[in-house]
Amino acid sequence: MLNQLFPNVDWQDMWQATYDTLYMTAISTVATFVLGLLIGIILFLTSPHQIWANKIANFITSSVVNIFRSIPFIVLIILLIPFTKFLLGTIRGVDAALPALIIGAAPFYARMVLIALREIDKGVIEAARSMGAKTSTIIWKVLIPESMPALLSGITVTAVTLVGYTAMAGIIGAGGLGNLAFIDGFQRSREDVTLMATIIILIIVFIIQFIGDFITARTDKR
Amino acid sequence: MIELKNISKIYKTKNGEITAVKDVNLSIHQGEIFGIIGYSGAGKSTMIRLLNGLEKPTTGTVNVNGQEISSISGNKLRQARQKISMIFQHFNLLWSRTVADNIAFPLEIAGVPKSEREQRVKELIDLVGLSGRDLAYPSQLSGGQKQRVGIARALANNPEVLLCDEATSALDPETTDSILELLLDINKRLGLTIVLITHEMHVIRKICHRVAVMEAGQVVESGEVLQVFQNPQAAITKNFVMQVSGAKESKESIEQILVNYPTGKIVKVTFVGNNTEQPIMSQLIKQFNVDVNIVHGNISQTTSGPYGTLIVQIDGEQENVQQALNLLTSLDIQTEVIEHA
Repeated sequence: MLNQLFPNVDWQDMWQATYDTLYMTAISTVATFVLGLLIGIILFLTSPHQIWANKIANFITSSVVNIFRSIPFIVLIILLIPFTKFLLGTIRGVDAALPALIIGAAPFYARMVLIALREIDKGVIEAARSMGAKTSTIIWKVLIPESMPALLSGITVTAVTLVGYTAMAGIIGAGGLGNLAFIDGFQRSREDVTLMATIIILIIVFIIQFIGDFITARTDKR
Repeated sequence: MIELKNISKIYKTKNGEITAVKDVNLSIHQGEIFGIIGYSGAGKSTMIRLLNGLEKPTTGTVNVNGQEISSISGNKLRQARQKISMIFQHFNLLWSRTVADNIAFPLEIAGVPKSEREQRVKELIDLVGLSGRDLAYPSQLSGGQKQRVGIARALANNPEVLLCDEATSALDPETTDSILELLLDINKRLGLTIVLITHEMHVIRKICHRVAVMEAGQVVESGEVLQVFQNPQAAITKNFVMQVSGAKESKESIEQILVNYPTGKIVKVTFVGNNTEQPIMSQLIKQFNVDVNIVHGNISQTTSGPYGTLIVQIDGEQENVQQALNLLTSLDIQTEVIEHA
């Protein structure tokens, strides 16, 4: 039945492309979470009235974030070609897409982290300080756990964005469903391949959103 | 125990300097409950934060239990803070942690091993009367229960001083009373020095031994609670005392009485200690043949004895009324004749 509806789809290729998309999304989401969290925490702690309040450090971090957030992703990929080549020795394949994906998404997520951290009641941080907590304790035991639902819903949104980014990266040769839809579907006029790739991407997005919402709800004890 | 010397705190803002605390000198003794009362903006929040180094004074020194809090920093200050704990108006619990884990938090900071932590948490939960709620999250608790968790958390590292930042201001009157009783109980049982700030004279009356009244960053009056109640000096203090004696509401009825009974004298009588328990009014009536009309009456309990005010109209022969007033004065009862407005 499926073969009649999608006569041109090579299922082996489709599965490989799906696997590549999932691989790129998973690795870049995890890396974005770590890097974005780090930058977001620096943004938060260096902002006025916070523990590391520092105008210059805050301005620099904030500027870097804004610059990378403003560059359209497709342009960013091109700009990063020399960097990727230096790092991995090639600009083709799924791994070559990772630097651009992470550098494109981390600043975006860092902003979300900042918003999440700002939502934390100032009194709770003051309470931790009044108990004699070190800054590292405040980060690990107050900031991160207290903002966890917002951090998780933020990474869910970012992961969905990353699925879209992998498709764009695919067009310039990274592989994955976007690559398949473009090369095999669009350029060879096989609409069924494009459609199937789109359906799988939709399913991936739905699953990410579902898992994200479920975990967010579980961690929210407010 | 706690010594504040020539403390001033000035904040620099875009619109110039703001003096939050000005030339304050205070000493608080070991084991007492010391209250600082003032309206919002009087500088009391800044004052209490000077005691654990959350704020640093612009000038002057803060000494708590032999440590100069105003000059230490880093690890030394963090160590000191473990012995100067604090509870808050909005409780400031971690919503992501259970009751037990919230109480364990300061123990984790102090590096107490896990088994010991669990033991200590159990004791504290029992102490504050929350047995069985160990695994509840703060969102499942009432305001009073949340403050109990706050108190248990503050007691975890066996502090020497407990700072209370408007600890009952977000609670209803009944819950306020139960929390105040808990604080009084802890003070007696553990010999803990408690410093609290509030805008409610009721709180001062109920548990404090001594009080300082703050206005515009300065301490305008301080002393034993009963003494301040009996003989308030500053206008603001009189206002606060009126809060508990209920004399504010009676002002209107005095006006009315003055209109209705233009004869005799309206007298405000303040009783302190044992005097409150004697039948003085009936003695007046019998001895001097005067009429006593009660306009307003109130008795409050303080930690060092009862305190009461009575506003009465004494009517009769002018000579008799004068003799009655003399008797009151001779009994060492504070009397104040309220004249026609």
